[in-house]
Amino acid sequence: MDPVIEVNHLTKRYGATTAVDELTFTVQPGCVTGFLGPNGAGKSTTLRMIIGLNQPTSGSVAVEGRPFRQRPRGLRQVGALLDAGDVHGGRSAAAHLGVLARTNALPLRRVDEVLAEVGLADAARRRIGGFSLGMKQRLGIAAALLGDPPVLLFDEPLNGLDPEGVRWVRDLFRRLAAEGRTVFVSSHLMSEMEHTADRLVVIGRGRLIADEPLAAFAARSNGVSVRVRTPDAAALAESVRAAGATVTRDGADVLLVTGLDSDRIGDLAFERRLRLHELAATTASLERAFMELTAESVEYATAEAGDAR
Amino acid sequence: MTTLDSLPTVPRPVPAARTEPRPRFRDLLAAEWFKLWSMRSMRWGYGLGAVGIVWLSVNSAVADVQNWDRYPADMRAHFVPGGSLRDAFTNNAGITVLLVAGVLGAMTLVSEYASGLIRVSFAAVPARRSLLAAKIAVLTAVMLAFGVVVTFSSFGLSEAILSSKHAGISLTQPGIWSALTAAMLLPAVSALVGLGLAAVIRHSAATVVAVVTVLLLIPDFLSDNHYWSACLDHAMPFRAFQTLYDLTPYQVNPHLPYPAQPAGEWWVYLLWPLVSVIVALVLVDRRDV
Repeated sequence: MDPVIEVNHLTKRYGATTAVDELTFTVQPGCVTGFLGPNGAGKSTTLRMIIGLNQPTSGSVAVEGRPFRQRPRGLRQVGALLDAGDVHGGRSAAAHLGVLARTNALPLRRVDEVLAEVGLADAARRRIGGFSLGMKQRLGIAAALLGDPPVLLFDEPLNGLDPEGVRWVRDLFRRLAAEGRTVFVSSHLMSEMEHTADRLVVIGRGRLIADEPLAAFAARSNGVSVRVRTPDAAALAESVRAAGATVTRDGADVLLVTGLDSDRIGDLAFERRLRLHELAATTASLERAFMELTAESVEYATAEAGDAR
Repeated sequence: MTTLDSLPTVPRPVPAARTEPRPRFRDLLAAEWFKLWSMRSMRWGYGLGAVGIVWLSVNSAVADVQNWDRYPADMRAHFVPGGSLRDAFTNNAGITVLLVAGVLGAMTLVSEYASGLIRVSFAAVPARRSLLAAKIAVLTAVMLAFGVVVTFSSFGLSEAILSSKHAGISLTQPGIWSALTAAMLLPAVSALVGLGLAAVIRHSAATVVAVVTVLLLIPDFLSDNHYWSACLDHAMPFRAFQTLYDLTPYQVNPHLPYPAQPAGEWWVYLLWPLVSVIVALVLVDRRDV
């Protein structure tokens, strides 16, 4: 299947700072693609270049074969929610969407339809200035859906949503992808993507780190690890290391052990007469795979994070 | 791990490329028109601005009528037509038009930049110049209408009040149309200069300061005593308005060392909005938002 979004050696510099550096990846239709990276990795800049708000320093990006800026109207092609705050507080939700609908010659009934879809039907006539962040996110999603577009871009759409809202958004993304649309969602939290994305594009410091299915990404983590909580952490760490495992200290009395299973660790503790308060095997964590992969590209790594590896 | 199970195994069909309606400029005009009036602050701004400007002129006519009997006979004899015209659209009304229309014109654009709405607007309409051209067309039309309403309301009410002392003038007065045209165009000129400054600066507070500085303060600081400052002064829209709002503009005041030429002032009136619009249309396409 032909990719819908093609990012080709995309570079954006602001003076001496390189926000996006030779980024190349594609986004496919029919699935949710997570766009992941630590804060300041260049996600928002990339999304802005995809819809032509920012001009690349070099490289190119095409949506369905041509730069988005070359289209006279956009809403029927790409629906984008970049920042829920990009609204004028003086207008009502219906008026905000009414303006957008008119620019793209969309029937005005679409305004009521999308407001109902995101659960803002009752707030349609209220001024946006009085909306909570969660309501503004819903309004931004409504604006993205207005033109019923085959391509949808969302920048950190879960910010400010309550748990019910988060679940609703995830279901919405899955449904949009199931309808064959291209859904590209950025986040700086792996946990947000874990239950939403099929594929991941991971960037750090503007460079591509990974572009693969979620499953392949999860497999990158160092296999199974065991979480041990014990008041004798130092002594247990020593004997587990002696048995050939790798140990990471997580707080005063918690150890994360890789290279030994929970049975062996329990036996070792029994032999050394060390007390265990908790012993749990954890599956490969996406969050850890993400942390490990982006560790080198995190701009302000803390000393603690450095020790942990 | 539900996510791993939910990987699509069979590629589903992409929604077929829809037949998109041909982009029409009048859709953008309709959107900008609706955008303008969907804001309560704009409705109030235009409404209160119009009432205030008319009131300034009416008030001055009322003052002249009340004081009429105390005026010296010589002053009463020469009140028509010059004094009568000044009551029809006072200098303070002109200053107020500059401020109100200049700021409203600037806000039309800068409110989108300041709120971030401009990103949503440009994502919906990637043809940025078309969008801005529609905004400029709507603003110009609204400001021309504002100018016509305000000018004729002021003129009609003031002259009706003055006619009680037989001090009114009518639309048949020689030179009146040139003066009233200058007053009618002033809101559009000011608004487009405001919009041009907004396109360059893109920050609310700084734009408003620039509008006040360019439209009001600079002409106020410049004197006509030196050739260079007289030239600069006469190149400002406010001075152009003051020169053009006169019944006998072609009788140049012989006491001024460097008098303004009315023919040139019409060019000032034309070039300020024209240059503002061109600058705005060029910049909007070149900058990141």
